[in-house]
Amino acid sequence: MLKTLDLLRRNPVQTAAIAIVLATVIGVLAYAAGYLTPHRLSASRIVDAIEESGGGPHEGFRRAHAKGICIAGTFLATPGAKSLSSAAVFAGLPVPVTGRFAESPPDPYGADAAASVRSMALRLQPSEGAEWRMAINDTLGLAVSTPQAFYELQVASRPNPRTGKPDPTKMGAYLQKHPETVAFAARMKAKPLASGFANDSYNSVDGFIFVAPDGSRQLVRWSMQAEDVFATLAPEERASRSGNYLFDDLLGRVARGPMKWRLVATIAMPGDPNKAAEVWPSERRQVDIGELTISHVESEATGNCRDLNFDPLVLPPGIEPSDDPIPFARSAVYSESFRRRSGEPKPPSAIANRSAGTVQ
Amino acid sequence: MIRHVLRFNLLARFLHWIMALLILAMLLIGLGMVSTVSPRYHELLSIHRSIGAVILVLVAVRLLNRILNPPPPLPPDLPSWQKILAKLSHLLLYALMFLLPLVGWAMLSAAAYPIMLFGSVHLPPILPHDVRIYALLREAHTDLALLLIAVFVAHLGAALFHVLIRRDSVLQSMA
Repeated sequence: MLKTLDLLRRNPVQTAAIAIVLATVIGVLAYAAGYLTPHRLSASRIVDAIEESGGGPHEGFRRAHAKGICIAGTFLATPGAKSLSSAAVFAGLPVPVTGRFAESPPDPYGADAAASVRSMALRLQPSEGAEWRMAINDTLGLAVSTPQAFYELQVASRPNPRTGKPDPTKMGAYLQKHPETVAFAARMKAKPLASGFANDSYNSVDGFIFVAPDGSRQLVRWSMQAEDVFATLAPEERASRSGNYLFDDLLGRVARGPMKWRLVATIAMPGDPNKAAEVWPSERRQVDIGELTISHVESEATGNCRDLNFDPLVLPPGIEPSDDPIPFARSAVYSESFRRRSGEPKPPSAIANRSAGTVQ
Repeated sequence: MIRHVLRFNLLARFLHWIMALLILAMLLIGLGMVSTVSPRYHELLSIHRSIGAVILVLVAVRLLNRILNPPPPLPPDLPSWQKILAKLSHLLLYALMFLLPLVGWAMLSAAAYPIMLFGSVHLPPILPHDVRIYALLREAHTDLALLLIAVFVAHLGAALFHVLIRRDSVLQSMA
C-alpha cells in the first residue's frame, strides 16, 4: 500500500491527470442528476410542493386525488373509431377496463360537500402490450399550461401556518402573472357541479396524437360523456348530505345497473392551441369513438386500483404524446407520487369494504 | 522491451467497450430522467428500458464467453491487495450488470406497468403485482445504481493507473 502511494508521489503529473479525468466523469454525472442546476424542475420538487400546499403528506395515499374508489367494466369502440387510430382498443372487440373515481384534494378523508374537481382514471387492456391508461378530469381545460406554472401555483397555494390559508399577496402575484389560471377559475365558477360521479363528464384536458392505420396523425382531445342525465345539487343540499355522499350514491347507482359514458374525440383544426389551459372552439369536429360501461364499484384495497399508477403516458401503439408539455410532467409526477406511497403504510380508505354491481 | 501481451479474446474486448459505453449512457440517462419533468423524461425512460434489456442480454453472453475463455492473468508483480481488489471489483461489476436490469424488470412487474421495449416489444412481468415489493425494488434500483457509479469510477481510475503509472499491459489486454 505504501509502495503504491510512493508510486503515485513519483508520478505527480499522471496522478493529477487521473484525478482530473475521474472528477470530470463525476461532474458530468452530477450534472445529469441535476445537482449543478438547482432550478431544474424535477418530479420530486413538484410532489414536495403539492404536499406542502396540502398541509403535509398523507402517507400511503396519492398526493392528489387522494379520496377514491375502484371501478370495473368494459369499453366497446364504434366501427368508425379505427379509422382515427390504429390502437388495439379501437379494433371493435370488448376491452376489459378497470379504473378509479376520485376527488382532487390531497386529503383522503375530506368531506364530499366541498366543491372539488372529480376525476376518472382508466386502464384499458385489450391485450398484452397495447394497454391504454388515462386520468381525466371533469374540468374545462386545466388551470395551467406548463409544469413551471403548475409548480408556481402549488407554491402560491401553500397555506400560511398562522391562518391555514394561502397568502393572498403571493396568490395575487401568481394570478397577475398567470391570466390562464384566472380564466380557469371563471370557467369553474360558471360550470354547475354534477350531483354525482355517474352523471358527470370527464375530459382528457391534454392533447394527444391519434395515428390512423394509414399513418396520418391528428391532434385530439377526448371526453367521457355521461349517458346518465346531468343534475346538480345546491351547496346547501350538498352540505346536508353525508361526508361520503358521492361514493354512497355511486355504489347505490351501480347496484341498479351499469353506468355508461360515450367516448368522444375532438379533432383539432390547424392553429388550435395545444395548451391545457386553453379550451378549443365548440364547433370542432367531434367523433363518437366508443362506449364505456362501468358495472362494478368496490373500495380501494391491496392490489386493485389503489396500487396502480394511472400514468397518462401509458399509451398503446396508435396513440402518442403531442407537444403539450403537461402529460410528460404528469407522468413523471405520478410516478414520484406512486414511488412515495408504495413504500408507506396503507391506512384504510374513507370508503372501506364496500362493493356493488356485477363483475363481468 | 518487446513483450507478447496476453489479451482478452475479440468477443470479450468488443463486449467490454460496447458495454462500457452503454453503461455510462445508462447512468447518465437514469440520473437525468429522474431529475426532469420535461418531454425528455418520457423519451429517456423509453430508451432506459430498452438499453437495460440489451445490457442484460450482452452480460449473459459476456459471462458465458468469460467462462469458456478465461481472461489473461493480472501482472505477476501486482501487489496482492490490488489483485484481490481487482477480482472483487470485477465480481461486483458482473453482479451489478446482471442485477440492475433484473431489478428494473422486476420492479416494473411488481408495479403492474406494461414493459415496452423499442416502442413495440412487450416484456412479460416476472413478479406479481405488489406495491410493497415495488417500493423495495425501486429503492434497490437507485442504491445499486449509485454503487455501480462508484465501482465504474474506481474501475476507470484503476485502468488509468495501470496504463499511466504502472505502465503495465493491463489496459492493452483489453485494447
